[in-house]
Amino acid sequence: MRVIELPASLDFQTLDALLAEVVGAGGEKVMFDGRHLRWVGPNGMVGLLAAGSVGRDRSGEAPILELSGAGDVSSYLGRMGFFQAAEGIFAPGAPFPRRSPGESDVLLEITPITTNRDVHDVVDRVQKRAGAILSNTLGYPQTAVVQFSVILSEVCQNILEHAEGPGWVAAQSYNWSKRLGRHVVIISVVDLGRGFRGSLSDEHSARFADRWGDVTALEAAFIHGLTRFPDSGRGQGIQQIRKQVRRWDGLISIRSGTARIADVPEWFDAPPLEEGLSDFPGTQINIVLPERLDDED
Amino acid sequence: MRTEAPVEPISINVGRVLRTSVESLYCHLVTRPTGRAVRLAIEKKVAGTSRTALSVIDLSEVTVMDFSCADEIVAKLLMRFLQEDRPVDVLFVFQGVCSSLQEPIQTVLERQELLAVARDSDGRCELMGTRTEEQDYVWTVLEGRGRIVGAEVAELFPGSHHREALEELVRRRVAFALPDGRAYHALSNLVLGTP
Repeated sequence: MRVIELPASLDFQTLDALLAEVVGAGGEKVMFDGRHLRWVGPNGMVGLLAAGSVGRDRSGEAPILELSGAGDVSSYLGRMGFFQAAEGIFAPGAPFPRRSPGESDVLLEITPITTNRDVHDVVDRVQKRAGAILSNTLGYPQTAVVQFSVILSEVCQNILEHAEGPGWVAAQSYNWSKRLGRHVVIISVVDLGRGFRGSLSDEHSARFADRWGDVTALEAAFIHGLTRFPDSGRGQGIQQIRKQVRRWDGLISIRSGTARIADVPEWFDAPPLEEGLSDFPGTQINIVLPERLDDED
Repeated sequence: MRTEAPVEPISINVGRVLRTSVESLYCHLVTRPTGRAVRLAIEKKVAGTSRTALSVIDLSEVTVMDFSCADEIVAKLLMRFLQEDRPVDVLFVFQGVCSSLQEPIQTVLERQELLAVARDSDGRCELMGTRTEEQDYVWTVLEGRGRIVGAEVAELFPGSHHREALEELVRRRVAFALPDGRAYHALSNLVLGTP
């Protein structure tokens, strides 16, 4: 059995190493040792579900997820609906805690996206909950909740229309006081589908010839709005998400296959394009929306 | 003697269409299949008209419309009825376009180089989409007057570029011309006859 230790903090950047280890395990059964896990964000949670699914599918056995000792993290994972989503993916090292009933402070719990109905449910929930967080915590105008819902709708549809595989979405607000000195809202979407290269290959690979790969596929979709559909009305989703995220001075990155592409705001330090990463079968979208500063228009 | 209205009015409440045509009690215009279902329901509603119709697509109950739905309900609908082989002769006005719907609608119109007339809750109309300066000017003049009879055209638009723009607005279906060119109507002028 391959034991993979989860880092103390699991977010969209530390997730890369975890995915590399899972892919490196080949068909070996995996145990995720999360006893030292102290913080996990939406990207870490949905990424862990994806990593567990990859481990399960490659070994034919449910990976073990050991979280005993990570008390606060377990409680938070419970509030985010992680353990419900983890059923059928992980075998718990120790029994997973039950989700506590009552009002939740979560913006959007981990939600599987498998049908259009799921997208409607996500938008319904976010329309009810996001207004206060976006206006009170991030200082966005009241109308921002609609644009926020549209972003979620479009990223979730990306799973249904392009991935053709299972996916999850989650969103939550955080106080990044040390990291940024501001609050943020993080949206994370991950799927285990065909990835951008797989989705676009039939339609577009020929014109790129031997340059075709994960990087060119990501650039084609992210920068040029190409899709596999001949319909000229398609391909607007990602472009419009990027436009809105830029307006809010946010970060958006898309990781697919062996590459990641990003629109990086000044407040974050990351390259706009990374290649040669471990091969992630599917797509991970990360959006970070920061609190509005007083001197911003 | 009562004269027949130049177009047949058809009013379509999209909120109601959404609730009755789509499988469940969805209240937001999100996802492409939902948009497609609503568009097909609109096409079905206008299919029975026997002469030129003006359909007021009422979006006033809609607060969220994503780009996929805007593409289906606005762009694809307009494109279908711009075609020579359109099933029936229908003009469209989008009513109740609140600020949150402006961007998705404008985006899909620009992407497909379409024009549409949007009417706000106060009854004011605006032209949305891609147009030339001449088209914008001519549409504004026509909108201000409501109707321009054939004899006035040369006086109001002495330059041929403006007269061509007027014909182009008719071709793009954001203005209506009586068959023999006796008069040009702003769509807002025709909406007044819509229940």
